[in-house]
Amino acid sequence: MTYEGFAALAEPTRRQVFERLASGPLPVGRLAKGLPVSRPAVSQHLKVLQDAKLVSVERVGTRRLYQIDYRGVQAMQRYLERFWDQSLAAFKAAAEEEPTK
Amino acid sequence: MSAAVKREMLVNASRAHAFKVFTDDINRWWPREHHIGKSPLKRAVIEPQVSGRWYSICEDDSEIDVGRVQTWDPPNRVVMTWQINGSWQYDPNFVTIIDVAFEDVTPTQCRVLFEHRGLDAYGPASDAVRMMFEAPNGWGETLSHFQRLAEESAS
Repeated sequence: MTYEGFAALAEPTRRQVFERLASGPLPVGRLAKGLPVSRPAVSQHLKVLQDAKLVSVERVGTRRLYQIDYRGVQAMQRYLERFWDQSLAAFKAAAEEEPTK
Repeated sequence: MSAAVKREMLVNASRAHAFKVFTDDINRWWPREHHIGKSPLKRAVIEPQVSGRWYSICEDDSEIDVGRVQTWDPPNRVVMTWQINGSWQYDPNFVTIIDVAFEDVTPTQCRVLFEHRGLDAYGPASDAVRMMFEAPNGWGETLSHFQRLAEESAS
């Protein structure tokens, strides 16, 4: 029942990394500035976010810019929607089972 | 995560009955695969009062909290917290909201309006993320916005 996007964002520092990228693409050096963790730690968080398809990386000239991958964000949204669609369908069926009062 | 999950449906039952099935009888319909415990779900329970617990009893008799009742207004509305976080665990500091309203349509049919909101708790929602979901032109506006930001951040 777990979905990796949710798990990836459950870690507070990783969420901060993700939140910073929501303002636009950034290289890892800029990301690490002002975060209370080392640059290698930020790289590790970026890797987890990439594996969860929440972040992608693009080469712009000699730089690697990290950016939000909205396909991962959409997938999280769709996951929740499917979860509730299934639950509500089961509720509707149960509510309609008996004669109404 | 910024957009609430909203659903509206017609149910062929009175709203009093629909309210009861949703709450008192949640154990009759809650999908067993939508359960977070290691031991399978034996019984889902919503205590029928403000501050009532929403919890699961597992086969091994352990209990897992899901949330708390905030509004208890049969047959009109029930509002409960959903406190299962991104690691799929109950978290007292993690709060999202399940808001369910029941409207009469006929004596044997009601409209159920469901909303799961407060989803920022799963992941931060900045203006940019919100735009992505709410822009009338969808992707087009968002991409040009990001191009501008990328150009600004590169300078």
